[in-house]
Amino acid sequence: MGQESKGLFARYWGMLTTPAKAAMGSILVGGFIAGVLFWGGFNTALEVTNTEEFCISCHEMRDNVYQELKETIHYSNRSGVRATCPDCHVPKEWTYKIIRKIQASKEVWGKITGIVDTPEKFDAHRREMADREWARMKANDSRECRNCHDFQSMDYSEQGRRSVKQHQDALATGQKTCIDCHKGIAHQLPDMKGVEGWD
Amino acid sequence: MKKFTVALTLVMALGGISMATQAVSDTGGMKSLRGAKALDEGTRAPTMHKFNKDEEPMKRSYVQQPPVIPHKVRGYKVDLNSNKCLSCHSWDNYKESGATKVSLTHFNTRDGHALADISPRRYFCMQCHVPQAVTEPLVENTYKNSAE
Ligand code: HEC
Ligand code: HEC
Ligand code: HEC
Ligand code: HEC
Ligand code: HEC
Ligand code: HEC
Repeated sequence: MGQESKGLFARYWGMLTTPAKAAMGSILVGGFIAGVLFWGGFNTALEVTNTEEFCISCHEMRDNVYQELKETIHYSNRSGVRATCPDCHVPKEWTYKIIRKIQASKEVWGKITGIVDTPEKFDAHRREMADREWARMKANDSRECRNCHDFQSMDYSEQGRRSVKQHQDALATGQKTCIDCHKGIAHQLPDMKGVEGWD
Repeated sequence: MKKFTVALTLVMALGGISMATQAVSDTGGMKSLRGAKALDEGTRAPTMHKFNKDEEPMKRSYVQQPPVIPHKVRGYKVDLNSNKCLSCHSWDNYKESGATKVSLTHFNTRDGHALADISPRRYFCMQCHVPQAVTEPLVENTYKNSAE
């Protein structure tokens, strides 16, 4: 399945990257279809696109955020449980997943236009992307974090003094959610000017 | 003649090798921080230290000592974009995080001018403040803190 769609994609890609052959408008439409092909529609394709290998098949993802993730506890830890890109970025539940995948078809467009195709461009664009990611996590009460970290299962006697205090005060009461306090756990942070609690 | 040269070269080479190995393997009784190990002998890398879990602030040993960090700092980044330490220790954030706020000295420039924000020379906290691990001292020392 993966093989097949790759060949098809390669041909399509050739067409897209030859400007003479396609006008702007059809690139847009094509981008959307490619998006659906890649991200949406049927579940097998969904599964293929729901792996870390898929995410880092784009150098934009592999050369920046992936390298940064490798240095963190979510990549290697004493328990040997690894969090991969989709674990934190793609909802588990089908409806949410489809919605997110369709939103993500814009990444294909971003790939075509090269919006973050150099480290410099990535850094310049990082705040905008991070802001969107934070907003999403804030809105869904850090749902993806909670897939692995269940507040009910936290053993306070095992946590540090600072953790216990914050988790009991602000998390338990629902005043705050994980991402309010745990920004930058997986990747480098953008310029934090104006972000609450960092300025 | 040719045979002789070859033999001589061989002898010299062998001698050179044995002298060389002797020179590096003889420590002459010297002990360094890596033990009484010969130069060409590998040493095992020491195991990494485990940093202490979060604790209460520790007593300082002398006036003007930068207090040691009583908690873990793994993954805390301080760079141009962000300062993780200040997200808890700044005057804006200390109340909510329950951390000690940075003292006024951290706002002063070298010439004693007080700035509105943290002074650039105090931005990189871990130049002066360090986390703690339980370790054996590498060399004996007789330091006594000012209170004793
Ligand atoms: C086709 C190449 C490509 C693939 C494959 C890809 N990405 Fe991206 N990704 C991009 C580009 C380009 C952007 C920048 C999009 C923009 O901001 O317009 C981006 C942006 C993002 C963002 C920021 C979102 C936002 O709203 O700004 C996240 C998060 C992300 N990608 C995660 C993933 C994950 C998780 C996967 C795997 C499921 C993945 N990406 C696979 C190219 C890709
Ligand atoms: C442990 C959860 C976690 C994992 C695993 C993770 N991310 Fe993220 N990612 C985040 C969070 C949280 C943000 C929001 C920005 C921040 O706080 O650093 C983010 C932001 C991003 C962004 C926006 C740019 C930025 O730096 O803010 C991209 C792109 C991205 N992630 C892609 C990926 C890819 C690709 C992978 C897999 C190699 C991945 N992420 C793995 C949690 C994660
Ligand atoms: C795939 C499961 C998974 C997901 C999803 C996940 N984590 Fe984790 N997280 C882990 C594991 C495993 C560890 C390491 C546990 C250990 O061995 O101590 C961890 C550790 C942590 C730590 C402790 C860091 C430290 O230095 O001790 C924090 C904080 C954390 N995660 C926050 C988050 C946040 C915030 C999110 C959502 C953006 C998230 N995690 C998503 C599995 C996950
Ligand atoms: C009000 C702020 C706050 C919120 C909300 C919050 N945390 Fe934390 N958390 C902290 C602080 C402070 C620490 C300890 C310092 C650190 O390493 O960041 C911590 C530590 C942790 C640790 C490491 C525990 C230890 O002591 O080894 C994990 C895991 C963690 N948080 C996960 C989560 C998850 C998952 C959520 C959401 C369900 C969450 N936190 C929500 C403030 C918060
Ligand atoms: C998640 C919040 C948080 C972060 C991030 C944090 N600290 Fe702390 N720090 C605290 C708290 C809370 C205390 C007080 C501990 C207590 O009373 O239990 C403390 C105590 C300290 C102390 C001891 C103060 C004293 O009076 O003895 C020092 C020094 C310190 N931190 C330095 C740092 C440095 C340097 C960094 C960055 C590498 C940092 N901290 C990051 C919360 C934080
Ligand atoms: C050049 C060395 C240096 C740097 C860099 C530095 N400090 Fe300090 N810090 C000190 C010294 C010395 C003291 C004790 C005397 C004093 O308060 O000035 C101190 C005291 C403190 C205290 C205790 C204050 C009190 O009221 O008891 C905290 C908290 C602290 N520093 C946090 C930080 C943080 C956070 C940073 C980084 C933003 C930082 N320091 C950077 C030297 C430094």
